Amino acid sequence: MAKPVNIADIATIIRSKNAKPFLFTMDIFFDNLEHYEKAVKSGVINKKLIAGMYQLEDEEKVEIYNFAQAWAIKITIPRAVASGGIGDTDIYGAQQHAPLYSLKIPI
Amino acid sequence: MDEIRILTPNGSIGSGFPEELFAEGMKRNPQAIAVDAGSTDPGPYFLGKGLSISNKRMIKRDLEILLLARDKNNIPLLVGSACGPGTRSTLEWTVNIVKEIAREKNLHFKLATIPGDISKEFLKNALKQGKVRTFESAKALTVEEVDRTANIVAQMGVEPFIEALKSKPDVIIAGRAYDPAMMAALPIMHGFDEALAEHMGKILECGSMAAEPSSGFEPILGTIRKGYFLVEPMNPKSKCTPKSVADHSLYEECNPFKAGLPGGSLDLSQTIFEQTGRMTRVSGTKFVKDTYTLKVEGAAKVGYRTVFISGVRDPIMISQIDYLIDEVTKNTKAFFRDVAEDFQILFHIYGKNGVLGKAEYIKDVKPFELGLIGEVVAKTQELASTICGYLSHLSMHLDYPGCKATAGNLAMLYSPENIDAGEVFEFNIYHLVEVESPIALFPISFEEI
Repeated sequence: MAKPVNIADIATIIRSKNAKPFLFTMDIFFDNLEHYEKAVKSGVINKKLIAGMYQLEDEEKVEIYNFAQAWAIKITIPRAVASGGIGDTDIYGAQQHAPLYSLKIPI
Repeated sequence: MDEIRILTPNGSIGSGFPEELFAEGMKRNPQAIAVDAGSTDPGPYFLGKGLSISNKRMIKRDLEILLLARDKNNIPLLVGSACGPGTRSTLEWTVNIVKEIAREKNLHFKLATIPGDISKEFLKNALKQGKVRTFESAKALTVEEVDRTANIVAQMGVEPFIEALKSKPDVIIAGRAYDPAMMAALPIMHGFDEALAEHMGKILECGSMAAEPSSGFEPILGTIRKGYFLVEPMNPKSKCTPKSVADHSLYEECNPFKAGLPGGSLDLSQTIFEQTGRMTRVSGTKFVKDTYTLKVEGAAKVGYRTVFISGVRDPIMISQIDYLIDEVTKNTKAFFRDVAEDFQILFHIYGKNGVLGKAEYIKDVKPFELGLIGEVVAKTQELASTICGYLSHLSMHLDYPGCKATAGNLAMLYSPENIDAGEVFEFNIYHLVEVESPIALFPISFEEI
């Protein structure tokens, strides 16, 4: 029986950064291929969940890529405010990954 | 020519790199030194103002080492997006530093400069002809938007660099450029595979970030041959592994399998990364040709900012923070209602949701301390300053339910407490423009130094 574990326990890197001024991109690198594959197969990380997590109205704007060579899942979302615009709170987008720590992956 | 070796000192000049590691790279007899010098990452201010993102002392330090090394080995130095937003003003600023170094070190060379600025007329014409594409900003460009822009640049591709290289310059300093273009130009000029050359450029342009351990402040060598390229960090304690190089494909990219560039895109879905000693061998990357487009970037002024920075430690005040913010905002807006259209009030509450805002998912904590930043953005600095003064004073003294600390609500950090932060810009142009010629917009000029 698969039991849910905190994503931080099976990820070596969880990070975010601007992908140019209008997008945030988040990368989760898993500690091995098996955990990566289980995370992908679980479907925990999906457009609907990410849209809810980041309060995005249109879940079709969420992009998710599974990148086996790097044992990584990439998530790209639009910024509410472009980098450095009025109301932006994270110019480089370096702290937007934090909500991902709340994810649990069944392994 | 069987191979071309390109040495890149770091991810961006002005951030520094260890001289001894760079000297190690020069021992490999690279045919060119290529480096990026800019970014949109620090935000729209630098493009709006036309100012460098780095300080002169740092740029001069890095450039001096590169100019001396290029002189000794008699190879070209290619610098792109000089220095920061890559506007004509920052390009000239960089060229002045280059000339200053040449005078001080008695260096002589043929200098090529390639500005990357785009005129408003050109862009408005392109708009009329339906040649402007909307993409990541998801907002169509208008003539009015172009008109209110302070500075506009376009990311040049490899072609202007190749055009310049034909005249055998020793140093090329370019305005805004696609980051990998400086590294890819010489290999493409000599007939090496375009996809591999651009992919190699994408890895090199971040310095040794694709190595393990990762460092954007250390040199990296790229060697391109027929059918593949090799990347090797110059720090002997680091290596490029298939995993570290594959990992880097994700960095600051929205899609790890496809990267748009002038003239098409790179398809990385079939790329193969293999270990060869301390190097990684990369092959299989494909180039998908498309209509030639340039990425155009612009920033416009939206006002002037004044802020105050304070802390809250009183537990009752902390519990009433939302009440306080609502009340002072309402009251300030009412007081300045005659100029209601000319300003905005923002609060940032660190310890509550200062970073994530609406996306903050931890809601049930009781912080013992909050950082409170009040911000006013207004049409003039004088107005921002005036309103922020009113706002901070009110925030300091407003009565709230249960208040016992009647002498003041905030621990103000600085005197003066209201800090004028100057002009505020926003990225208002971030679009693709179809062009017939990859070089026509980028006039090259030469000068003997």
